[in-house]
Amino acid sequence: MTTWIDALSWACLVGGGFFCIVGAVGLLRMPDFYTRMHAASVIETLGAGLILLGLIVQAGLTLVAVKLLMVGVLIFFASPTATHALARAAMVRGLKPLLADDRSTASKP
Amino acid sequence: MFRSLSLFVFLSLFWLLLSGFFTPFLLSAGVGSALAVVWFARRMDVVDHEGHPIDLGPKVLLYWPWLGLQIVRSAWAVSRIILHPALPISPMLVRFKPTQRTGVGRVIHAQSITLTPGTITIEARPNEFLVHGLTREGALAVVDSEMDRRVTACEGKP
Repeated sequence: MTTWIDALSWACLVGGGFFCIVGAVGLLRMPDFYTRMHAASVIETLGAGLILLGLIVQAGLTLVAVKLLMVGVLIFFASPTATHALARAAMVRGLKPLLADDRSTASKP
Repeated sequence: MFRSLSLFVFLSLFWLLLSGFFTPFLLSAGVGSALAVVWFARRMDVVDHEGHPIDLGPKVLLYWPWLGLQIVRSAWAVSRIILHPALPISPMLVRFKPTQRTGVGRVIHAQSITLTPGTITIEARPNEFLVHGLTREGALAVVDSEMDRRVTACEGKP
């Protein structure tokens, strides 16, 4: 039984780590500020979410699991607020987003 | 008054779950702290439908798992775009009018859009949302979406 729990939790942790790396690669590959924020949101949703899920599976039915769940709820409420504030601040300061219409339509829709 | 009572219950539960100790001193300290916070909150006039939104329907508890599924789907889609050699993005801005009647409903809708990877709410005005999408399809999909309908179904009376 513990083997299965360990396997499940490790699968979640490795999956979370994978999506964190994918998000970091996205941050480097994306062309402008706004598109980079989309890459970052992969980290804060699936990356952080899967790592927390893996830790909750390790903790079992304890108060530690409840606290980890609270951390998750905090991330899921705070991160979109921060993202929105950042994007709006950039827009108000006049940073123009790179749009598909500006580039050639060669990029596959 | 009922809202203050509900806030007190929530704060006490929050204390219990965070502390995990059930000695008389710590329990009474928790009750005292919860009472103090409710008093402060009432003095600051933040115990209202926005500060403690208990009048959101119970449907909101069903909305969260659905939102979680959408987040996983779109995070997977964005990951595929990131790892695709050609980086097939087509960034686009869309403006549309959300159907929510309450401020809390609009906040939930805007937050849900930002939380799903691939779309970010840049402006959330009562009559207009401005959304930046990583792809053309993703951006167009937020206009009059199922998410919009579900959030409107969740919100309480205006």
